[in-house]
Amino acid sequence: MADVPENAPEHCPGTTSEQAGKSAPCQGCPNQKLCASGATKAPDPAIAEIGEKLSTVKHKILVLSGKGGVGKSTFSAHLAHALASDTTKEIALLDVDICGPSIPRIVGLEGEQVHQSGSGWSPVYVEDNLAVMSIGFLLSSPDDAVIWRGPKKNGIIKQFLRDVDWGELDYLIVDTPPGTSDEHLSIVQYLSATHVDGAIIITTPQEVSLQDVRKEIRFCQKVKMPIIGVVENMSGFVCPKCKNTSQIFPPSTGGAEKMCADLKLPLLGKVPLDPRIARSCDEGRSFLSEVPDSPAAEAYQKIVKTIQDYCSNRVTEEQSTI
Amino acid sequence: MTGSQPWHLSLARFDSRPSAEPVHGNLGQVRHVVLVLSGKGGVGKSTITTELALALKHAGKKVGILDVDLCGPSIPRMLSMGRPDVHQCDSGWVPVYTDTQKSLALMSIGFLLEDPDEAVVWRGPKKNALIGQFVSDVAWGELDVLLVDTPPGTSDEHLAVLENLKKHRVDGAILVTTPQAVSTGDVRREITFCKKTGVRILGIVENMSGFVCPHCSECSNVFSKGGGEELAKTTGSVFLGCVPLDPLLSASIEEGRDFTQSFPDSATFSAISSISQTLLNSLQTD
Repeated sequence: MADVPENAPEHCPGTTSEQAGKSAPCQGCPNQKLCASGATKAPDPAIAEIGEKLSTVKHKILVLSGKGGVGKSTFSAHLAHALASDTTKEIALLDVDICGPSIPRIVGLEGEQVHQSGSGWSPVYVEDNLAVMSIGFLLSSPDDAVIWRGPKKNGIIKQFLRDVDWGELDYLIVDTPPGTSDEHLSIVQYLSATHVDGAIIITTPQEVSLQDVRKEIRFCQKVKMPIIGVVENMSGFVCPKCKNTSQIFPPSTGGAEKMCADLKLPLLGKVPLDPRIARSCDEGRSFLSEVPDSPAAEAYQKIVKTIQDYCSNRVTEEQSTI
Repeated sequence: MTGSQPWHLSLARFDSRPSAEPVHGNLGQVRHVVLVLSGKGGVGKSTITTELALALKHAGKKVGILDVDLCGPSIPRMLSMGRPDVHQCDSGWVPVYTDTQKSLALMSIGFLLEDPDEAVVWRGPKKNALIGQFVSDVAWGELDVLLVDTPPGTSDEHLAVLENLKKHRVDGAILVTTPQAVSTGDVRREITFCKKTGVRILGIVENMSGFVCPHCSECSNVFSKGGGEELAKTTGSVFLGCVPLDPLLSASIEEGRDFTQSFPDSATFSAISSISQTLLNSLQTD
């Protein structure tokens, strides 16, 4: 049964929820008896289907934060661009931020629509070897709001993983919204029959960010998601006129460096604030191509290399244990 | 206050049944309710909520903040509240006050977690239940303005707040954006959310609007320029003003210091003051 069936009441908790059949909104629903019997809480067959579908994806990386506005989508998009610069590789970028899908704009695909074929939904291509899927492509207007509760958001995430014709991929990058809620639980649950290389955690230097990021790290530990490492974004600003550095977002408690030392996690790198990044994202262009010699672009490329090494080391380790 | 057991959030013991008490009781003496929304994360909703609350408090108003960002509650740190116990009284839970005069009250999940690094990994229905209790079971008492700080998005938390506030008037919402199109793109959707749910838009604030280098005074548009004002124009909304990117504000927020008292001569303070005054004017003309 669908997580929120067509004939369910407005506040349906979801057929696989603990409250299925038992919560107040369930009264009067035609599925109530079935849900209450526990039949709907059997493992979702979609998990195995997704496991099968994504068996042709060599590496899967989640980009998480906990805190909003730290640069997850910016990082995800540019990681995808950097990996796709090797034209022998097939890369895909999946945007599961259902309420605030930024990826279409950042990769210059705003206004594009998704097509369906016999083999499923076709993702939209930025380059020949870089495919993208986002709910942004399913909305007919930039003003459309996706006012969905958890169960419905979970449903679309399942469809993105199961029904999109991804094909054979070297890397699938998943951009997420901030928080530790439905979208995050769903992505972990639906990918549980596949191997996920790990998560990249994005933060900015301030404690206001780090306090949320520590929760995300706990979430990863709870669901046994390996953490590839942490990226500190917006790490200092160099004035283009006088070249002095200002800490606009001050690392008052030691920034990501101290947090990583405390939690024994790798700090993958620090990316400075550069107004050209915001401009490139707004214009849908990769700043790695626009300003390749900038300190920010150089920092990004180093981080990407570290991620590539991590992923290929994992493959080598697996092969050596066979 | 008839104090009793401090109330800490224990997921195993949490009672997620909706509150049976009518909403009106605990919000009966709250004159105005204002939501602070965005759609986009990290634009400064919590910062703007905190600064507006402080500005209103210094203007002699009794203010409350309800922090319904359950996954990333930022307000307790911004007001240097630490982790005090939350107590119950006859009419419900007592909010935590920043001062002995009780001019600024706060309720946040941040006070209810035994471990501040503990992740609140809840799906929608459980979030809805706690928000329902935050709205109806906190004994706010007499307030001029209750500001509701929200997480980014247009989902469970936002619907839960509005549903639970149905019996009490919501004066409207302030929308916060940065100048970038990536931000205004999400805020446009939040504007649609407001229109669909009948929430009046009190105005748009453009935050992180330019950075003035403290060394040479050159202004850099770190997050692009003009998007907030443009958004207000195209959507027919009031533009409340720009707040610049100010490391002194970021530092105050980090350390939980009152920026409005520490830097009253700054351009940032003027911007915040002007926004809070415009807000008060629009509330008082209702």
